[in-house]
Amino acid sequence: MAEVEKIILPGGIIDRPGSTLDYKTGTWRVKKPVVDLNKCTGCLLCWIYCPEPAIRKRDDGKIEFDYDYCKGCGICSVECPTKAIKMEEE
Amino acid sequence: MSLLQPKTLKPMSTSEAIAYAVKQANVDVIAAYPITPQTIIVERLSEYVNNGELDAEYVAVESEHSAMSACVAASLTGARVFTSTASQGLALMHEVLYVASGLRCPIVMAIANRALSAPINIHCDHSDVMGSRDAGWVHIFVENAQQAYDRIFQAFRLAEDNDILLPVGVNLDGFFLSHAVEGVATISDSEAALFLPPRKAKYYIDSSMPMTFGAFALPDWYFEIKYQVVEAMEKVPKKLAEVEEAYYKMTGRMYGHVGAYRTEDADVCLICAGSAAATAKFSVARMREKGIKAGLLSIRLFRPFPVESILPHVKDAKALIVMDRAMSPGAPSAPIGQDIKTMLYDAGLNIPVANFVYGLGGRDISAAEFESITTKVIEDLKAGRPIERGVKYWGVRI
Amino acid sequence: MMSVSEIKSIKELYGLDLIAPGHRACAGCGALVGVRQILLASKRPLIVVNATSCLEVTSTPYPQTMWKVPWVHLLFENAAAAASGIEAALKVLSRKYGRQEHYIIAFGGDGGTFDIGIQALSGALERGHRFLYVCYDNEAYMNTGIQRSGATPLGAATTTSPVGARIVGKQQQKKDLMEIVVAHKIPYAATASPSHWKDLVNKVRKAQSYDGPSFIHLIATCTRGWYFDPSESIKVARLAVETRYWPLYEVENGRYRITNPVPNPKPLEEFLKVQRRLSHLLLPENADLLEKLKAYVNERWERLNKLSTCFA
Ligand code: SF4
Ligand code: SF4
Repeated sequence: MAEVEKIILPGGIIDRPGSTLDYKTGTWRVKKPVVDLNKCTGCLLCWIYCPEPAIRKRDDGKIEFDYDYCKGCGICSVECPTKAIKMEEE
Repeated sequence: MSLLQPKTLKPMSTSEAIAYAVKQANVDVIAAYPITPQTIIVERLSEYVNNGELDAEYVAVESEHSAMSACVAASLTGARVFTSTASQGLALMHEVLYVASGLRCPIVMAIANRALSAPINIHCDHSDVMGSRDAGWVHIFVENAQQAYDRIFQAFRLAEDNDILLPVGVNLDGFFLSHAVEGVATISDSEAALFLPPRKAKYYIDSSMPMTFGAFALPDWYFEIKYQVVEAMEKVPKKLAEVEEAYYKMTGRMYGHVGAYRTEDADVCLICAGSAAATAKFSVARMREKGIKAGLLSIRLFRPFPVESILPHVKDAKALIVMDRAMSPGAPSAPIGQDIKTMLYDAGLNIPVANFVYGLGGRDISAAEFESITTKVIEDLKAGRPIERGVKYWGVRI
Repeated sequence: MMSVSEIKSIKELYGLDLIAPGHRACAGCGALVGVRQILLASKRPLIVVNATSCLEVTSTPYPQTMWKVPWVHLLFENAAAAASGIEAALKVLSRKYGRQEHYIIAFGGDGGTFDIGIQALSGALERGHRFLYVCYDNEAYMNTGIQRSGATPLGAATTTSPVGARIVGKQQQKKDLMEIVVAHKIPYAATASPSHWKDLVNKVRKAQSYDGPSFIHLIATCTRGWYFDPSESIKVARLAVETRYWPLYEVENGRYRITNPVPNPKPLEEFLKVQRRLSHLLLPENADLLEKLKAYVNERWERLNKLSTCFA
């Protein structure tokens, strides 16, 4: 391993909270969610049901996706009450 | 200073001496489960806590597995942690022992060594600790109540050193030591506090530095993380010597990694661990009176195996007799026998070793028996007969 | 009942995430949705304890971690004992040296809770440590490849209870873990589903308001082990509630209350047919299994209903 020189903390403690950010799970995706902002009411139900989370609130209160991490599961698309999210081929 | 003070000895069983030391060590968390013959230790500690003499949390867990689990978690939280067990209890803790060392938890545990089932037996042998000897714990054997008392302080100071961060087992022979009352010289509470100030952990579970403990390591990292235990273990002999030096300055008492008696010119050296060392010492003294050139080496630091401390005492002997209080069925030697033979091989020494398993399930061994074992080896040497290799089972009726 | 400020809107939770993306859970993992919601609602400062499980493995691929809170994993069966040790340590360290007290949540899967970890859980509940234990229940040992556990429902196909020519799926009913937990007389125990997020997050708040052990039994839909499309993870959890398969209730100081009455339940078949682990129960030759499972679901609901009524 090239990184072996890196200091390993006692017992392999990880001191970088939230460091899975280093790993882009967006590459797993087969289909990607796309939001129709005209239909989005900003209810955030998609956000509360996203397992990653890979959904952010925009300044206008509507949502956007973080495609670096979205795995394309499609939960948001199924759960959106206004059917604002479509799953599209990558 | 205290060297010059007259010593007043307090009569205590080894278990009580340990509990008293643990109280003076001002531990924070004790998580334990009762098992004979260690129970007196945790009974006394419960009394200290319930009487307000020790400000600690006593977690009366529902099993030894949970005892060690709670100890590991409390240790990771930054607490000074003690527990005590024996026999089946240590066996039930087995998988957690590796977590304690792997996560670098400076837990101190008294192990009142006892035989393992089946058949069930509550008396002394070393099968319990020998089954755990590869778990990454430092192991110390004590030979009397005084050593047990002193080693508790030393064990905490060693374990909690940031260069070490390994759990330490203080092994005392079940019943032979745990229930035997002796006079013990104690240190004052202020001396204890000076020798062992509150633990200052560098990394601990706290929201001020949200860290992940016990992550999932795949083949790309597991080996390196695990190797830390080896590196820490290698530092133990020197660090323990420093700790003992500091303790010696305060008390005038020092035990070393091994206990040596008349090894300088010994033709045959007995090697053993635990309470049998005192019997063997008496036996060696008697043999010397008869002109038999025997010596004794007791293993006090067992893990890491103190090769550097043992070699000078045995390198000139004509034969060694290793007395093991545990079996390793199917192995070429019993546990300490294996270590001694490996040590000799690495040192390029071809000293014959007679390896005996003795005293299983609490069967006593007498000075006379040590003498007959030793004289037989010496007679063989004199007659030019080869020393019988392999493992022999002393006194078993077959 | 304790007065606890109620979470009424999602907006109150936005920005409170305690996990980061990039974790390796399967796409559409129901457990992660539930765990995320629990953490959003949790009081702080918080320490998380995790039993060996999918959650533990996928969230801490060394040298990375998804956790933004202190997190500790020791072994499979000892999460409750580990939580006990942390609670005891913080108690004494705050008393002696002024260390900050923390809330503690322990997560275990159904294997780590119903089966191998039940002794440690029972011990910790009996001793009364202040912590919240969450069993996220995907009804089988998913981490090792979908083997049956004490939580697996009657008839379900797993890799150790396959649908065979002679024996069809698991032959035993699911263990009633809630009743075991409630028998410890802890102040608060509840069931929950990530589909009913508001019910869940408020149960977390309530659980954490007690100075003692509390318990949440969370349904965790598993796309791999239950065989459904990842996009339906929440839908399947909702069907579990709407068919009364997963009653949402709480037991607060011994008082039962159904928190989500299902006056017009959907037929159980609706829940079964969307997942391949259970859909074979709809075949005519398995009618007896289906009847037994239905009877189990109905009897439990009736009993809970009666208990709720008598405490109302
Ligand atoms: S669920 Fe639909 S409407 Fe609600 S915020 Fe998400 S995209 Fe917008
Ligand atoms: S597709 Fe899945 S992972 Fe991607 S944003 Fe939607 S819920 Fe999150």
